[in-house]
Amino acid sequence: MGRYVARRLLQMIPVFVGATLLIFLMVNVMGDPIAGLCGDRECDPATAAQLRREFGLDKPVGQQYLTYMGNVFTGDFGTAFNGQEVTELMASAFPVTIRLTIVAILFEIVIGITLGVVTGLRRGRPVDTGALVITLVVISVPTFVTGLLLQLLLGVEWGWISPSVSSDATFDELIVPGLVLASVSLAYVTRLTRTSIAENTRADYVRTAVAKGLPRHRVIRKHLLRNSLIPVVTFIGTDIGALMGGAIVTERIFNIHGVGYQLYQGILRQNTQTVVGFVTVLVLVFLIANLLVDLLYAVLDPRIRYA
Amino acid sequence: MRGATHARWIACAAAMALAATACGGGDDSDGGSGSGDAGAVLSSSWGDPQNPLEPANTNEVQGGKVLDMIFRGLKRYDPKTGEAKDMLAEDIETTDSQNFTITVKDGWTFQNGEKVTAKSFVDAWNYGASLKNNQKNAYFFEYIEGYDKTHPDDGSKQTADTLSGLKVVDENTFTVKLTQKFSTFPDTLGYNAFAPLPQSFFTDHDAWLAKPVGNGPYAVDSYTKGSQLSVRKWDDYPGEDKAQNGGVDLKVYTDNNTAYTDLMAGNLDLVDDVPAAQLKNVEADLGDRYINTPAGIIQTLSFPFYDENWNKEGSDKVREGLSRAIDRDQITDTIFQKTRTPATDWTSPVLGEEGGYKEGLCGDACEYDADAAKKLIQEGGGLPGGQVKITYNADTGSHKQWVDAVCNSINNALDNDKACVGNPVGTFADYRNQITQRKMSGPFRAGWQMDYPLIQNFLQPLYYTNASSNDGKWSNAEFDKLVDQANAESDTTKAVETFQKAEEVVRDNMAAIPLWYQNGSAGYSARLSDVALNPFSVPVYDQIKVG
Repeated sequence: MGRYVARRLLQMIPVFVGATLLIFLMVNVMGDPIAGLCGDRECDPATAAQLRREFGLDKPVGQQYLTYMGNVFTGDFGTAFNGQEVTELMASAFPVTIRLTIVAILFEIVIGITLGVVTGLRRGRPVDTGALVITLVVISVPTFVTGLLLQLLLGVEWGWISPSVSSDATFDELIVPGLVLASVSLAYVTRLTRTSIAENTRADYVRTAVAKGLPRHRVIRKHLLRNSLIPVVTFIGTDIGALMGGAIVTERIFNIHGVGYQLYQGILRQNTQTVVGFVTVLVLVFLIANLLVDLLYAVLDPRIRYA
Repeated sequence: MRGATHARWIACAAAMALAATACGGGDDSDGGSGSGDAGAVLSSSWGDPQNPLEPANTNEVQGGKVLDMIFRGLKRYDPKTGEAKDMLAEDIETTDSQNFTITVKDGWTFQNGEKVTAKSFVDAWNYGASLKNNQKNAYFFEYIEGYDKTHPDDGSKQTADTLSGLKVVDENTFTVKLTQKFSTFPDTLGYNAFAPLPQSFFTDHDAWLAKPVGNGPYAVDSYTKGSQLSVRKWDDYPGEDKAQNGGVDLKVYTDNNTAYTDLMAGNLDLVDDVPAAQLKNVEADLGDRYINTPAGIIQTLSFPFYDENWNKEGSDKVREGLSRAIDRDQITDTIFQKTRTPATDWTSPVLGEEGGYKEGLCGDACEYDADAAKKLIQEGGGLPGGQVKITYNADTGSHKQWVDAVCNSINNALDNDKACVGNPVGTFADYRNQITQRKMSGPFRAGWQMDYPLIQNFLQPLYYTNASSNDGKWSNAEFDKLVDQANAESDTTKAVETFQKAEEVVRDNMAAIPLWYQNGSAGYSARLSDVALNPFSVPVYDQIKVG
């Protein structure tokens, strides 16, 4: 197990370097960020040159990248154009998005897996068909449509929720945005669980367990579910990163000031430090989530450990 | 480069003085039904300021909005008329229009109790002008003697930290020495960059930025960067324009559609930018709680005069032809739901007639006529390369929609569906980049929001040779001469007339195609009354009554 983890950790290094380098290059290709700083007029050349020097933009890109990465390892993510430390932006944005992601993941796990198990065990029945139709609809409707629709109905028409999330972004405020964010993945989790369960109900070990006379709930929980969850865990694990980075649309609709908001702002203002900083952390989140998934595999199915 | 922009500030004082008398009649407050709860707080939509909140570093509306609440300067532009009125200035004296003696009123303090003195201004201006502080509005100080030492144009090491032209005489008096005659220098002092700063700004800069301290009717209560800034009425405010409400919570919205939704749901009191998508319903939704008033903003199409194709014999006819091929009425009606007014000159109606706005100055050249357009473009040698591409940034506003509509109009007028296409650029920064690197190959969108309500501000920064916002690099000796003359003119009526003559040169060359004047728009909840927008399209927060 230890060697397995070590190998996985080593594999993360080239991925991390490659991903950050790519982002760094892409943001830089967009041109001189100082040009947009002075509004509709040209920055006065002396100030522009000074700003460029201060942000290190006058150096070759390669050198900028090395300096940047050097700083990142000491925990210095640079300064955004509005004078705030990027780490400060992160400290305000990540907790919000993490809360949002937790809400979304909980929805996926609780509703998605339950629905999946229920429909998987009752294949072909009305419950199953109904769930299939609903998940199909959810998958095919874009998130921003679901989001705006729920915002309009629940927020404006019926007044159940506030259409926008306050700056505290507490858990209860994030329920609807979390549901919206989770909706598509939730549908996938349902379908994935359903198929997996349906396949395994006919597996030999389930038949054996039933023949042993084990109670039904024990068969489902200990034997059926544990083996059926492997693809679902993979999906949810990789989804953590996708949800955090992909929250831009949801965060914009509900005015949540999280990672998506800061990334959007950073891209709009071509703020290299913000964009690269946030993406770097997101890459790390992706990598760690993937690692956790792989480790969970080993827990769920000991055979993988020795492979 | 900078030298050539000389006298950008020099303007006609009369423009403002006259605008005041012209508009002075309409100062009754309408809708003053309820007396309002003086302690109640209202909430308003806000955008995250691009730069740190410092007077000399804030050059966009969102940051300027806050500075306008928490600061008062020597002068203040009247929220209704735009006239520059004395605020903290007791007296601004000059005998030669070059040396000014400024007396600051007694009895003003900052919100931390510190007195506002002559030194508060001198220190603030020195800070703003000093290159090492990276202040984006530094050029506002360029006419003060010694600017070239504190802010060398070539970016070389500055040789002085303070402006030699500023001297503190006594606690309430200081003198300003300019490098040239500049009779209307006092009228520019209402701009935020000239606000006074307390000593705490210099001694603990980070703390000040985290919670700015000013001397205006509101004091900052809390500031969470990126999400909310709360200001509260400052009870000890000595000025006459005391806040009529308990304070304002400025909430950052990434999307003005969400802000509008919040207003509809009763979560927000004031939206100062009604999203384009809602313009169709806004009157049904809000009735007379929707404001749509002219602001000092004009949108134009500029041309790259550094490109030979646009700077050859007959080009002016092509430009005029294009102007005549644009059906402004139809576009402002359908795309903008009348939140723009077709432009007929190169200034703005907020200046008023005496201030230099002249309806119809553009004449036929701004009137839609397909046949004339076709003829003019033919006479001018046709469109360069057979096609014009209108470049714009696609990240903000509804630029794509109107550019497509303009192209449509041109294509219809010329009976050629390939005559005009839009050329989107991803981000504003990249767009500015391409402009400064002179990469434009055809017309491009330009917008101008005035710094102060003077006709000079609509002409000189945009069309004077090498001026700071002359993005098309248009250059015309006669225009430059007329602007210089107007700036030197001490009689203000004459100055305005001379500026208008200069504007005619712009017209005759069609240096830029005027499209439309932009209105400021706002919507508010039933809790509020006395809501109005100033000529800069910013709500006059301190006069809003709640309840």
